[in-house]
Amino acid sequence: MKLLESGVVSENRKHIISFIILAATLLLVFPLVFDIFRLNLVAKYLSLAFAAVGLVICWGHGGILSLGQGVFWGLGGYCLAAFLKLEAAVNIANEAGTDQIKALTTVGLPDFMDWNQITELPYIWYPFKSFPITLICVLIVPGIVAFIIGLAIFKRRVSGVYFAIITQALCWIMEILFVTRQGWTGGINGITDLRTCLGWDIRTQAAQYTLYFLTAGLLLAVILFSKKILSSKLGQLLVAIRDMEDRVRFSGYDVSNFKIFSFCLAAMISAVGGALFVLNVGFMSPKLVTIAPSIYMVIFCALGGRESLIGVVYGTLIVCFGRTYFSEQFPELWMFLMGGIFIVVTVACPKGLAGLFESHGAKALAFLKKFLKIENLASKDKKEVEA
Amino acid sequence: MSSTDYALYIENLTVSFDGFKAVDDVSIYVEKGTVHVVIGPNGAGKTTLLDLVCGKTKPTAGKIKFDDYDLTTMHEQDIVQAGVGRKFQTPSIYPSLTVFENLEVSYPKGRGVWGALGFKRDQEVIDRIHEVADMIYLSDKLQTPGELLSHGQKQWLEIGMLLIADLQMILLDEPVAGMSVVERKQTADLLRKISQNRSILVIEHDMNFVREIAHRVNVMHQGKVIAEGSMETVEKNEKVIEVYLGH
Ligand SMILES: Nc1ncnc2c1ncn2[C@@H]1O[C@H](COP(=O)(O)OP(=O)(O)OP(=O)(O)O)[C@@H](O)[C@H]1O
Ligand SMILES: [Mg+2]
Repeated sequence: MKLLESGVVSENRKHIISFIILAATLLLVFPLVFDIFRLNLVAKYLSLAFAAVGLVICWGHGGILSLGQGVFWGLGGYCLAAFLKLEAAVNIANEAGTDQIKALTTVGLPDFMDWNQITELPYIWYPFKSFPITLICVLIVPGIVAFIIGLAIFKRRVSGVYFAIITQALCWIMEILFVTRQGWTGGINGITDLRTCLGWDIRTQAAQYTLYFLTAGLLLAVILFSKKILSSKLGQLLVAIRDMEDRVRFSGYDVSNFKIFSFCLAAMISAVGGALFVLNVGFMSPKLVTIAPSIYMVIFCALGGRESLIGVVYGTLIVCFGRTYFSEQFPELWMFLMGGIFIVVTVACPKGLAGLFESHGAKALAFLKKFLKIENLASKDKKEVEA
Repeated sequence: MSSTDYALYIENLTVSFDGFKAVDDVSIYVEKGTVHVVIGPNGAGKTTLLDLVCGKTKPTAGKIKFDDYDLTTMHEQDIVQAGVGRKFQTPSIYPSLTVFENLEVSYPKGRGVWGALGFKRDQEVIDRIHEVADMIYLSDKLQTPGELLSHGQKQWLEIGMLLIADLQMILLDEPVAGMSVVERKQTADLLRKISQNRSILVIEHDMNFVREIAHRVNVMHQGKVIAEGSMETVEKNEKVIEVYLGH
């Protein structure tokens, strides 16, 4: 028993070590080696990694494949963007002086509303006048949408491919909604020209540094939080439901409640990323709420290892860097490469990079040790010869 | 007969799948604290009978009563919480969880979302898991992932998951399938031990095993009960010999 328990301990230690390596990479290595332009790019990628972390919970552990995480990510983003846009509108009015601007636009109203002949702030924008309420909305709005969908679908015991298709449809509906309700959402252009947050200019280099650390720090915090949940009995139950749903149901659990919970949690985690994205780049667009980004999020997860909270961050970074570099040079090739990677990963190593690391990490480490020893010996020999 | 003698009442139970009656006017009464066995050839409707009791399938007609509960109107999870649990024909355990975790997940506390989040692995839970693991001959396998167990050990583990859930009525669908002779013997001992303070309904093919454990036997054929009684009387029944024991 003692021996076995120590096995558990070493498993824990492995998690702690890989977490520390990730934290060091994000908080030390990247800020040291990248200039602010690249670092801002990484912050953008990391904001997408939130969606991947959410997918680890609901897909990797709970077995619920959602192809609509972009929707929740986007909702979180839109909520914060709405707040920033209102602030920008008020600022513009103040800078220009009330008298001049009155003739042109309605004071304190976002510019795109003006272009759409909206003269009064729509009621659904009211919550975004307040920063604390906005922060709550960032979590609650996607949470409620996920809850309603989960309730409607999981209570009816729809799952698997059917659920995936429904979440795809959700992306499509959201995109249409956001594009067509121009007066409320900024239409196809989205919400742009976001400059300050509570008076703090988010476009300066100093601000971008701060936002990078905010993004990386929150991502690490969310990973720890998720780890805590996945190691609880609830986490075990999610895996149990994924592998043997009927057994869980006939052990006295209402399976649908657990699915709804994990789906909502994934949505809310994803939404935090969307909000951080807005801070880092200063805009939100309906293109980011659509099918393609949602599928990318699943690919981040598949590549990084869908069961690994840490693996998916690397998965996200690799795919995003790949896209940035390859897609500019060979845009068509990139799509094939992406598809190829996805197929190879799902067929050859379903546990992704994290799985590869698990199985080959030990071997690689042993090899490295041996190699280093040889190096040491070689250098010793050299020294001896020199002596 | 006084009604308190029985744990489970199955009365005139019928289920029809598009006109095909998989279970047809079946009545079975399981006495408290006994092992009751249902035998019958393939496709007789035995598994369907368990599906009906545990709420997986809704009956077309008939009644199922346990204590004061009318099981036909209840949801699956409520039936379990009332005290009736079931082992599936193909052993259903959680392959990626360890034996310890398999049992822990089945512990009857923290069954809601928030309860599961706040569930603590306290000494009481650990002790109970060790106790059950001892009974099902798996105390040295606690940290083994479920998928690495042998077929027989998986069967035991699933029985253990029912034991730890503290059920008054246990339904076992072919518990010794795929077991060695020694394992069958151990399983018979286990069932005798656990039937002392609960009732068990077993579905089985292995006659020697049935002879060893059964207090009472029902024989099913084509959805109907064709014989009932002790194993000795049932074995001598001509109809039974013809449809089942004959081959
Ligand atoms: N949901 C269903 N829809 C249609 N037919 C069904 C359904 N479930 C079971 N049946 C049919 O009912 C009959 C009884 O099946 P059941 O699985 O209960 O048999 P069994 O006695 O458990 O057999 P075995 O010994 O092979 O396990 C079979 O002919 C089966 O095809
Ligand atoms: Mg059967």
